[in-house]
Amino acid sequence: MNYITGYYTTRFGELWDKSLFDLVEEALRGVLKQNNLESSQIDAVFFGNMLAGVLENNLHSTSKIAEILKINVPIFRSEAACASGGVAFNLAKTYLDSNPNKNVLVIGAEKMTDYSPEETITGLSAAASGEEQETGLTFSGLYAMIANFYLEKYHYTEKNLAYVSIKNHYHGTLNEKAHFRRKITLNDVLKSPYIAYPLKVLDSSPISDGASAVIMTNNLSLAKKQKYSVSVLASEMMSDTISLKERKQIDTILATKLSGNKAFKTAKISRKNINVAEVHDCFSIAEILAMEDLGFWEKGKGGKKIKELSTMYGNGGNLIVNTSGGLKAAGHPVGATGIKQIGEIFLQLTNQAEKRQVKNAKYGLAHNVGGSGGTAVVTILAS
Amino acid sequence: MVGIVSYGFYIPKYRIKTGEIAKVWGKNPDDVKRSLLVEEKAVAGIDEDSLTMGFESASSALSEVKIDRNKIKVVLFGSETHPYAVNPASTILAEFLGIEKNYLAYDTEFACKAATGALISAQALIKSGYSDYALITGSDKGMSKTHDTLEYTAASGSVSLLLGKENLILEIIGFESFSSDTPDFWRREGMRYPSHGGRFTGKPSYFYHIEESSRSLFKKTGLAPKDFAYSIFHMPNGKFPLQVASSLGFTSNQIKDSLIVNYLGNSYTASALMGLVAVLEKAKVGDLIFLCSYGSGAGSDSFALRVTKNLAKRRKEFSRIIKDKKYINYPTYLKYMEII
Repeated sequence: MNYITGYYTTRFGELWDKSLFDLVEEALRGVLKQNNLESSQIDAVFFGNMLAGVLENNLHSTSKIAEILKINVPIFRSEAACASGGVAFNLAKTYLDSNPNKNVLVIGAEKMTDYSPEETITGLSAAASGEEQETGLTFSGLYAMIANFYLEKYHYTEKNLAYVSIKNHYHGTLNEKAHFRRKITLNDVLKSPYIAYPLKVLDSSPISDGASAVIMTNNLSLAKKQKYSVSVLASEMMSDTISLKERKQIDTILATKLSGNKAFKTAKISRKNINVAEVHDCFSIAEILAMEDLGFWEKGKGGKKIKELSTMYGNGGNLIVNTSGGLKAAGHPVGATGIKQIGEIFLQLTNQAEKRQVKNAKYGLAHNVGGSGGTAVVTILAS
Repeated sequence: MVGIVSYGFYIPKYRIKTGEIAKVWGKNPDDVKRSLLVEEKAVAGIDEDSLTMGFESASSALSEVKIDRNKIKVVLFGSETHPYAVNPASTILAEFLGIEKNYLAYDTEFACKAATGALISAQALIKSGYSDYALITGSDKGMSKTHDTLEYTAASGSVSLLLGKENLILEIIGFESFSSDTPDFWRREGMRYPSHGGRFTGKPSYFYHIEESSRSLFKKTGLAPKDFAYSIFHMPNGKFPLQVASSLGFTSNQIKDSLIVNYLGNSYTASALMGLVAVLEKAKVGDLIFLCSYGSGAGSDSFALRVTKNLAKRRKEFSRIIKDKKYINYPTYLKYMEII
């Protein structure tokens, strides 16, 4: 069994006075300190990052991490667009599965706000297929096409989508590390300017800076010594076509469905056991699809279910979703997101989530998506 | 005491409404107006540039006083749209104003605070005895890329101040400056339009520098916001000056008369000085005026000024003059700005 014993995240937001590796260093030192570990006790590091090569000509970041930690161990970088963090975690888990008694550090980080929106959006578009890029489609455009199809097929309106943002912004007010910490109303969402119809500014996650790190170990005696630990029941990753046009259905993210099914099978628990989930809400429509594709809600019913706000903290639901604020309010530093999601579940399962603590949370799920669904990683943790 | 002897301003006749620009780019005009608090902006004509406007404002400043122009031994021209990259506008200006050749001239550049920096240098040159008078001008034909947020605000205008030791309308009680290497807005050599860092132009740039220079002036002079009749800040949009005024402890009554950005836009180097021109239309003897500029890159100059009895003699009409305007549409705007 693999255990997560520590989690640290920087604040997410427009952190203009911090470079990518300032953030990386803060997260690395923060998580080591939390577990009272020296860097010499780390056997491998996994780093999720998407844009450093594109935006700042910084590749070979693994070696930079060796320089920061002053260690000589295997260090790997994973890139899978917005799922870079989730994939780093998945690789770390796979590494531990074949290396007994090891401690690994998994970190995700992104520096996005030092560049013009045009540069950052162009960089992010590298995660779409060449054909999609050539037609001028951005991710807002791709998710808008999905949203249009979904709203038309199941007879919903933009109002249904808006509830995702209302809920996640409320959760953001409870998380002091979140990029946005203000409540928004239905009217705020509906009046916000369109990015790509039907998606508006307040349907969309922001461009953020941040870094998040966890320590994972399969050394049972070390895990037992730590104040907090959770078991990693499953981490499953699946890929699918990069191009939206090659998908059989566009109101389903197949990679999510497959990785979710496999994760529940591996974890040997049912959907009903999950008390807390962090799902990939890069756009409001994405959370609705995630809830359906992970099997929490019936396909096509998500638009109605989200309006009930049963997944909002404080409403007494059995499953609370995106207590961190999700990508929408906590922010979306691409490479960090997948690790922050796992970290948030760790906080919930170890009763450290403070103002947003879900009572008696035993099982949690983190769901991280790359691109418009070309990659998905589902992780299930237990207290 | 060194201070301001007279002033002049020039605002071109043409206006474009922000709603007209918003419609072209598929934006909701009300959203744009609400977010920037700018209704319309002044646009220089196709035959105008920072120098021609500077000549208008300087001529106006000198028309009010009967002095020997040869006593103006300092002529400084601040802009971020100088007509030449190399070749001073200050000498052309002095030549056309009929100032004889025994003068110090230079052009200054520090984004939107080029003229207030020149004002600090000029008052020092008078204090040192180098010159009896100094003429400073802030003038811009503010350029922006099309479809950039700046396009709604970048405007044209010019203000000139004649500084001296006697017969002042405004005494300079104190000034402070605060600067740092903060690249929030820039235009590289050879580039036609400025670039900017979006929201980075706010908190770590505009707000930080203005707050630091203002607080430092309050400390130096022993004055507090409540002591001033008016406060004037650089106006990149309508919201920033309101926010910074409030954070420093000024009331909306103290700032409202200076907010010319709502109907004239941001004339860059002339922006804060144009706010001063608006305030001087109403200011009374003994009033204290707080003036604070901001220049990207970044820095802020703040001044405490006191109105003397001479203002009544050299006060300029402002609110009536700016009503003489002509609206243009977006293609005409592009033509006047020489974008097409």
